[in-house]
Amino acid sequence: MDQPAGYLHAGFILISWPNLFLIGIMLVIFALALLLPFPGHAADDQTEKKS
Amino acid sequence: MSTNSGDQSRGSWTAATRGQLERRLPWDNLLPDRQPYWVGSWVYVFGVVTIAALAWVVASGVILALFGPQWWHLSRAGRFFNSLHSWSVQVFFVFMVLHLWGQYFMASWREGRAPTWMIGVVTFAVSIGSAFTGYLSQQNFDAQWIAVNAKDAINSTGVGGFFNVLNFGQMYGLHVMLLPIGMVLLVALHVIQVRMKGVVPPIGRLSQPDVTREMTEK
Amino acid sequence: MAQRSAGQGDQRGIRTVPYDLVRELAIAAAVSLVLILALAVAFSSPDVPSVTIQSWSKSDPVDFVTTANDELAGASATANYGPPYNNGSNAVQSIGPVSPQAWGGVHATVDQPHDFVINPLKQAAGNDSKLGDDVNVYESASAGQRAKWHDAYADALQKATVDGSQLTVATGDYGPVPEMLNRLLQLAQTGALDGLLISSNHFYQTDYTKPLLFMNDGGYLAGLAGDQHLTGSQWGMMNETGLYPGQTWLWLYTLWYQLPPFNSAWASVTDLLVVLMMVVLTLLLALVPFVPGLRDIPRWIPVYRLIWRRYYREA
Repeated sequence: MDQPAGYLHAGFILISWPNLFLIGIMLVIFALALLLPFPGHAADDQTEKKS
Repeated sequence: MSTNSGDQSRGSWTAATRGQLERRLPWDNLLPDRQPYWVGSWVYVFGVVTIAALAWVVASGVILALFGPQWWHLSRAGRFFNSLHSWSVQVFFVFMVLHLWGQYFMASWREGRAPTWMIGVVTFAVSIGSAFTGYLSQQNFDAQWIAVNAKDAINSTGVGGFFNVLNFGQMYGLHVMLLPIGMVLLVALHVIQVRMKGVVPPIGRLSQPDVTREMTEK
Repeated sequence: MAQRSAGQGDQRGIRTVPYDLVRELAIAAAVSLVLILALAVAFSSPDVPSVTIQSWSKSDPVDFVTTANDELAGASATANYGPPYNNGSNAVQSIGPVSPQAWGGVHATVDQPHDFVINPLKQAAGNDSKLGDDVNVYESASAGQRAKWHDAYADALQKATVDGSQLTVATGDYGPVPEMLNRLLQLAQTGALDGLLISSNHFYQTDYTKPLLFMNDGGYLAGLAGDQHLTGSQWGMMNETGLYPGQTWLWLYTLWYQLPPFNSAWASVTDLLVVLMMVVLTLLLALVPFVPGLRDIPRWIPVYRLIWRRYYREA
């Protein structure tokens, strides 16, 4: 882990692969959070409506 | 002295304080066991994960502070706790920014929640300061390089004579005591704000009468 | 008064569902701990050892002596820096009449010629009368004479050869400067100078201003940093040594340093400009709830429809 990292050089952007990977992971997590269904409480909902 | 809320000692600051707290933040609001039905997305989890990560940052930091700033250079256990500390900082920032993105796209400042948002931004800024002093406290090459470069930015603002990034002791003291206290207070305030106002309703939802105010105006 | 706590100021009329906040926090704590433990075990953390005056002077004696020559001459970058170290003007940043750096004043005084060279030499001179004489000759010379010695020696150093801790340069009139600086090099290479730079007059110390400024005036530290992509023009603020992620949250701060005119026409005042810019942007972020446009983007880019899709389905 102590060797110098590789870098992506695109125009004036210069970013390390570890940093880019981290940002990529964040975007993936955000997208998953938006798309994955959250465990619901359908049974309890019914109870609430009645009351 | 009477303890009934309807029978306060006249002019008592204590009673007035207690009354304010009871009106603004009833005990039930602090730890509700139900939420509006629209609270059902993984995006809502980012905030609590940020808090959990912060707890691990502080816990690992306490161990590092217990053994002193050189410990992690000298022992494998020290290095391990330093790794816990630095990775929990990464996890903290990842989830704090995800939380920021989520709350931004939910426009969570609506209906009187602007202070919650603003305290969040202040917390973000203070956490960057905490991380900065932490990097300066590493006592290694990275710390040296960050110090000699950061000095120019700090000096340009005129505070370089007071806030000296080349002074390890000063940066370390800020990092292990003043800034963690600030962070914990800000996060507590932020969470209390959320509990006081409740989770923001979906965009476009017809405004409910502000029942919180109704309750407090009794 | 609800037996089960509806919380949220008891928003009546709103359907609620059970939601266990404490359990959520416990799960978040456990999951994040597992993640953090895994990362720590798998990757550890970076720890590139500090540079010392000793390691610098051993690895690159010519750079060290060249820098020391500048320091003694009072010609180095930090010797002419300005507040808070001294009254120079090389690094004082100002936008027109606005110069917080100048207003801040000199409150962390560093006297490069004495602090970095003369005082350590005097302390180390001890019974070395030759060194003592050299320093006396130097101090007695006029400013003009000293400047001539320093300029000539700086030129000669560009072609210096090194033999252990002895630098050899072409013959010339450098006064006592080469002897003084060769002795300083010896002190540096034995590690004594690290101590002398810090411990002057007091035992306990946590302030590394002097050795760090001294190192920063040389090229060695920056060379190491460049190898690791840590310099300003390499987006260095965001980076970490080795394969570790760095401070990615500083992306916007360091972005400005990569762009004209910050890195060109405004280069002498970039730090102040970027600090001011980031203060303004942070304020703007805090004030998003009040800024038309910024506060409306969430409505225009309806990510919220995904977050609350259950609500919109039922509404």
